[in-house]
Amino acid sequence: MTAMKTTRGPEFARMMGLGVARGENIVTNDDVAGPINSSDEWIRQRTGISTRVRANADTSVLDLAERASREAIANAGIESSQIDTVIVSTITYPRITPGLSPRLADLIGATPAAAWDISAACAGYCYAIGQADALVRSGQSTYVLVVGAEKMSDFIDPEDRTISFLLGDAAGAVVIGPSDSPAIGPTIWGSDGSGAELITETASWLEVRDGAAFPTLRQEGPTVYKWASFQMGPVALRAVEAAGLTPDDIRAFIPHQANMRIIDQMIKQIGFPDSVVVGRDIADSGNTSAASIPLATERLYRDGLVKSGDYALQIGFGAGLVYAAQVVVLP
Amino acid sequence: MAISESDVLAGLAEIVAEETGIDAAEVESAKSFTDDLDIDSLSMMTIVTLAEEKFDVRIPDEEVKNLVTVGDAVAYIANNS
Repeated sequence: MTAMKTTRGPEFARMMGLGVARGENIVTNDDVAGPINSSDEWIRQRTGISTRVRANADTSVLDLAERASREAIANAGIESSQIDTVIVSTITYPRITPGLSPRLADLIGATPAAAWDISAACAGYCYAIGQADALVRSGQSTYVLVVGAEKMSDFIDPEDRTISFLLGDAAGAVVIGPSDSPAIGPTIWGSDGSGAELITETASWLEVRDGAAFPTLRQEGPTVYKWASFQMGPVALRAVEAAGLTPDDIRAFIPHQANMRIIDQMIKQIGFPDSVVVGRDIADSGNTSAASIPLATERLYRDGLVKSGDYALQIGFGAGLVYAAQVVVLP
Repeated sequence: MAISESDVLAGLAEIVAEETGIDAAEVESAKSFTDDLDIDSLSMMTIVTLAEEKFDVRIPDEEVKNLVTVGDAVAYIANNS
């Protein structure tokens, strides 16, 4: 019997180029406070959010994904035709099938790239980077386009006081490719489905078929806060340890932008030195689910707080419950 | 070994003071976390989590809404630690 062949890839993978696309409109706290009988002060104190970005009605989640992807590919210095794999994390593409990824691949000129969507909510960007890292190093893929794209405003209820007022629309993308040196640490990931009801939609599609209202997002805020604030810090630290580093080696901590108070509590739990800069884009962009980490990363570049070659610790966490963290070298 | 309610109150007051900046002496049994101490639900979850660690007690999330006053929390911790 002839031995079959398998792929073998480069020893290392890296992030090559980042791209983002924010919703076109800046939505203030005053704009969303009325239907939830709240105020600018309450929302700021409770969440650290001043504004969130939301897309025009005729801007689709695919449009946002395309804009971010084109920027990421340009920044990576490759051609779209070289992308052989497209992974999109989204929970707001309004079709169960076909997925967004094949359409995106075709739009940007990457056909016949392998293309699939993943549903890992606010952890999706880090999940997809974990997949892409493994695909490149196995030799299965050479250039993987990872995208987190969400139009959350299609699935919100303006009168919901639990999560809707936090949410924004955006996409973030990164190209993952071969590297001569270590540049993506081991992904520490996991799930806890016993918490599946803590962040969810108000109805399944079958319930909608049977008369339920269009599904919108809800969360058990305090319980999610407790989980994220006190259980995600140790996960982030494990990612640092798995990469053979210590918190002193990390230049930037870029957590999912869920709530500024979760970010503050995680920092306290992890005990970073003052030299670590922290992604806090939530103040202006809101919670954009799978797009929030690349948005916060782009913001740190724009503010001159990070540069190519810095170590960043990123962690996503959210509905599932699911979580994923890894240390990366910034492109 | 059970811990006395006065020890729980003192320990809880330290946690509240650290989380909120409220003077520990202001954390009295009869006071409501929400109405008197102006502690919101997120800070309450932090206080609960730190109390769980400090007193080696489990306070289920669904129990937190029943802890209206500082005294409610002290009694729960003293009875379950």
